[in-house]
Amino acid sequence: MNDDTLLSARGLNLRFGAVTALDQVDCDLWPGEVLAIVGESGSGKTTLLNVLSGRMAPQSGVVWYRDPNGHLVDVHAMPAPALRALHRSDWGFVHQNPRDNLRMGVTAGGNVGERLMAQGSRHYGNIRAEAIAWLEQVEIDADRVDHLPRTFSGGMLQRLQIARTLVTHPRLVFMDEPTGGLDVSVQARLLDLIRSLVRRLGIAVVLVTHDLAVARLLAHRVMVMQRGVVVESGLTDQVLDDPQHPYTQLLVSSVLSA
Amino acid sequence: MNGYNFAYLDEQTKRMIRRSLLKAVAIPGHQIPFGSREMPLPYGWGTGGIQVTAAVLGADDTLKVIDQGADDTTNAVSIRRFFARTAGVATTTHTAEATIIQTRHRIPEEPLREDQIIVYQVPQPEPLSKLEPSRAETKRMHGLSEYGLMHVKLYEDITRYGHVSISYDYPVMVNGRYLMAPSPIPAFDNPKMDMMPALQLFGAGREKRLYAVPPYTKVASLDFDDHPFRTTRAPQVCGLCGSGVSYLDEVVTDDKGGRLFVCSDTDYCETRRAEGHAGTELAA
Ligand SMILES: Nc1ncnc2c1ncn2[C@@H]1O[C@H](COP(=O)(O)OP(=O)(O)OP(=O)(O)O)[C@@H](O)[C@H]1O
Ligand SMILES: [Mg+2]
Repeated sequence: MNDDTLLSARGLNLRFGAVTALDQVDCDLWPGEVLAIVGESGSGKTTLLNVLSGRMAPQSGVVWYRDPNGHLVDVHAMPAPALRALHRSDWGFVHQNPRDNLRMGVTAGGNVGERLMAQGSRHYGNIRAEAIAWLEQVEIDADRVDHLPRTFSGGMLQRLQIARTLVTHPRLVFMDEPTGGLDVSVQARLLDLIRSLVRRLGIAVVLVTHDLAVARLLAHRVMVMQRGVVVESGLTDQVLDDPQHPYTQLLVSSVLSA
Repeated sequence: MNGYNFAYLDEQTKRMIRRSLLKAVAIPGHQIPFGSREMPLPYGWGTGGIQVTAAVLGADDTLKVIDQGADDTTNAVSIRRFFARTAGVATTTHTAEATIIQTRHRIPEEPLREDQIIVYQVPQPEPLSKLEPSRAETKRMHGLSEYGLMHVKLYEDITRYGHVSISYDYPVMVNGRYLMAPSPIPAFDNPKMDMMPALQLFGAGREKRLYAVPPYTKVASLDFDDHPFRTTRAPQVCGLCGSGVSYLDEVVTDDKGGRLFVCSDTDYCETRRAEGHAGTELAA
């Protein structure tokens, strides 16, 4: 692993019965880099995201993470409390369905403030001020801070989830189809927001998407997966403009014809 | 007491409960599962507390039982009689004379001493139960001391009502490690748990859990720096003994809407009156 690699995986394998979800997958991520994992449905994208983030164990292979102190940690050998602590602060996870992450019975402010409180913040006024600042960053009016998420639109819910995730200033965020299931116009606005936040804050992102347009807009590099195998990877423009692997060529052309 | 074992439970069961109690004392605030037995009282009548009391009671103990602060409610009287009959121990209504105090809903006003044990009857031992229904998840939260969710609840209360709206069973951190339900005592009583010289034991019969706070252990009510925990009591003085510091109950005195505030701790009130204190009601 390179001296300043943030996350690095080698030889990941995972089978579900007869299905090979991951087949000898290697992967590297640098600080501040956005890496898109693309491929059609069932190609193993979500499985890879779960294994990289320690949520699911591989059958073989290793995932290294460089913690904020510069120490390399083996994500799958970490004690559970350390992994949970990582997920609470230095990492973030943005789910396709914001309802899987948000507490729908808790105000927007409480949702954004939760990770701060989990880290030990014990000043109500500061937590609330921080929550309001983050709502503004994701373009939600400050006066919605005391509202319940159930009064929010789909796009707002996704932005609320992003605020809730970024409030602890994570260095690495995992996103699984963050714009999936949203109207095209709402998607465009959300993609713009994610791009500007990620750039400004220098967050590294592993982004799963089946939408090559999303990858093109957000990612520095892409990895193309087919049946658990990384068939091609490289700089986004290179891979999408000049695909080498037949499967990538198929993906790109089907986007173009869509 | 022919045909009865001392304090109702068989020796085997008492040993099992004592072993769980020792674990509970060793890990302050941590819930320990125990093989709760059927008792000759329905759940909700303090079967957890009764089993704990039975396990720690000795022949030379003096037992006091209170319910909502009073020694004379049906529940308190029947539990006191139960132990007088099955263990032949002395009973008392005076806090100062008791070596073991079993309680539901209150901590006596008179400070407890090192030579006393207080046994709380607990309906719901899990402080996170209302926020997180999964027992596996709350177990994980305790294991990792992950209590952000409880603070989210406090945050929401302050946002909605301007203050924390929990008036009973107000959650506490024990020894800076475990979140604990103090049982449905008023939040007013919470400060009495902190650094208490007496051993505090908690028994939940239906939920089959025990927990404990050893003497002189830090017990802190959850709060925010800028919204510190505060106790509240009715602003009145006790109509009978004139106390301006005790926890008061409001009682209806006649059918014309007459009301009176009196100490909920009946022994405290009677002791004060015996010492010559009087409230507005008696003076009139
Ligand atoms: N828990 C599981 N048990 C059995 N099979 C699974 C499990 N999780 C995933 N799979 C299988 O592994 C393969 C990869 O699934 P994965 O969810 O990673 O795909 P994906 O690329 O994220 O697909 P999609 O775009 O539809 O979300 C699929 O064939 C899937 O059916
Ligand atoms: Mg998926």
